[in-house]
Amino acid sequence: MSFMNWIDERFPATKVWNEHLAEYYAPKNFNFWYFFGSLAMLVLVLQIVTGVWLAMLYKPSAEDAFASVEYIMRDVDYGWLLRYLHSTGASAFFLVVYLHMFRGLIYGSYRKPRELLWIIGVIIYLAMMATAFMGYLLPWGQMSYWGAQVIVNLFAAFPFGIGEPLSVWIRGDYVISDATLNRFFALHFLLPFVLAALVFIHIVALHKVGSNNPDGIEIKKNKDENGIPKDGIPFHPYYTVKDVVGVGVFMIFFLGVVFFWPDFGGLFLEPPNFEPANPLKTPDHIAPVWYFTPFYAMLRAVPPMFNSQFPGVVVMFAAILVFFFLPWLDRSPVKSIRYKGILFKLAVAIFVVTFVVLAWLGMQASTPTKTLLAQIFTALYFAFFLLMPFYSKIDKTKPVPERVTK
Amino acid sequence: MKKLIAVFALALIPLGGMAAGGGGVKLEQANIDLNNHAAIQRGAKLFVNYCMGCHSAKYVRYKLFTEVGLSEDDIKDNLIFTDGKIGDLMTIAMPEEEAGNWFGAAAPDLTLTARIRHGGADWIYSYLKGFYVDPSRPMGVNNTVFPNVGMPHVLWDLQGVQEPVYKYEIHHDGHTVASFDTEAAADAYLKEQEGPEYRLERVVERLEMIQSGSMTAAEYDQVARDLASFLTYISEPMKLERQRIGIWVMLFLIVFTVIAYLMKKEWWKDIH
Repeated sequence: MSFMNWIDERFPATKVWNEHLAEYYAPKNFNFWYFFGSLAMLVLVLQIVTGVWLAMLYKPSAEDAFASVEYIMRDVDYGWLLRYLHSTGASAFFLVVYLHMFRGLIYGSYRKPRELLWIIGVIIYLAMMATAFMGYLLPWGQMSYWGAQVIVNLFAAFPFGIGEPLSVWIRGDYVISDATLNRFFALHFLLPFVLAALVFIHIVALHKVGSNNPDGIEIKKNKDENGIPKDGIPFHPYYTVKDVVGVGVFMIFFLGVVFFWPDFGGLFLEPPNFEPANPLKTPDHIAPVWYFTPFYAMLRAVPPMFNSQFPGVVVMFAAILVFFFLPWLDRSPVKSIRYKGILFKLAVAIFVVTFVVLAWLGMQASTPTKTLLAQIFTALYFAFFLLMPFYSKIDKTKPVPERVTK
Repeated sequence: MKKLIAVFALALIPLGGMAAGGGGVKLEQANIDLNNHAAIQRGAKLFVNYCMGCHSAKYVRYKLFTEVGLSEDDIKDNLIFTDGKIGDLMTIAMPEEEAGNWFGAAAPDLTLTARIRHGGADWIYSYLKGFYVDPSRPMGVNNTVFPNVGMPHVLWDLQGVQEPVYKYEIHHDGHTVASFDTEAAADAYLKEQEGPEYRLERVVERLEMIQSGSMTAAEYDQVARDLASFLTYISEPMKLERQRIGIWVMLFLIVFTVIAYLMKKEWWKDIH
């Protein structure tokens, strides 16, 4: 081992390996929901790798962008595979991260001492949204163009005269144009590395406080004579081999979509986006990709007030920012849903339905009935968070065991 | 937890319905087969002869058709009418701007039509069969699946001339609440309803051939099907290859996952 000694005297390789893998003790009772953190990292790497290769072949100009994507799809060897991996990867990233966030929600992973870990996670989610939004403009299809037009116009709704200049500053033009495409490409290339740095910070924070688990018990409270948590097992090899199984199952679904159903019925690749961007032709129905639609539904649910769309924009951003406050909204004496009472379980069930219904509504053209539905579900969405201090406090909880259960 | 998953799964059902549904017009089944190279070849020939006067397929290279059994000479002799090269893109000479001036709108590029239009091949097939006489339109024809389309019926001498048989529908809040054979009956119904949300809409119920073309109905169906096959093929030429590779990828992943699972089980056997 003299080679490793030579390295270790100059770089803490063994120390880092032990602290974060071989001697990082994770609770032994992780279940299905705990696969999605490592899967999210896998998808991020996949997005960066396919993205860099696509960037070698893609042309970020209004004149050439659409044609260069078709060139990648048709004339580049396995270019179609790169492109489908990247487009499916975007949806997979959001799906996996939504499930990862849901895990945190049901097992109370945001509670003390993991508030900061959760907050970093929400920042990652925001960075992901920005990355995905800018990336969606790059194919320069009709939906790319008009989706970006609608979203950037939201900034124009800011009051006090700053809205209009702000939106022009973002676009670099008065409409979405070549200038916008260029800067979105630059930022879409940059942001994934910011995302990777944030993920690193997320993991540093995680390894400081230790992983939560489905019982919501702090395993560090029960240590053996060597100071090792009795319910902990070394992350490596136990969770590395386990996560490899998760990767296998995930890849079956993910590559199943890539190879057999890449447009996913119009959800992952929207049909209007196979038509080149045309600033003179507004599509009948503009809808963002599925992972943004819950927020889009909430935006549309709020009627204009004082001749301004601003209230809707506020509601939409509030719907995302409210996640930051989750650690302080939950007043339950227990962390995990396993020991929480019926009120919290009911609230979570309603929240899941709310999120899915809003996602569906965000894809639909507005009708009076659907707008009313969107208003009701927007209210339910915020009720889940804002009423949490009350229902989580009065909820009847079960006693939490000393040690983790199966 | 299981209940939560069940709730989640149930809530997803409308999404599936949404992905499958949409689009008001009933489309005829084209029943195309991308393995049928002869159909794609015939479609290519029809496309360059009847469509490429106005429509390009500018993301496709002529060379692509070596993938469906044509030799380079076949392509040069039958598909390229200029002194173009086999590696050229299927562009057209008509400048987009002038086409816009002449026809009101430039004829769209058709490379990706099968992926843009809901229904894909079925949409194209139904569109090509859906032209009917409508004197109110500049080109004298209208279309059942693409109302008020600007395109003339280029294939009319093959198909013949069709005339519409209308029905009259009452719409309310996005639903059809009643349907009548005559406008008078629909008007009478409309008068009985309260409120402005009821709308009368004239819908083409079916088409009747009033002047036959040079082809029988079956022969023309074949033409429409060949063009639908061709346009579907060029919209995603790598589709069959992707599926072929996908089978091997799936087989590999299943073996990989089984081995990974056995390895996990072995490592974890002492953890209780």
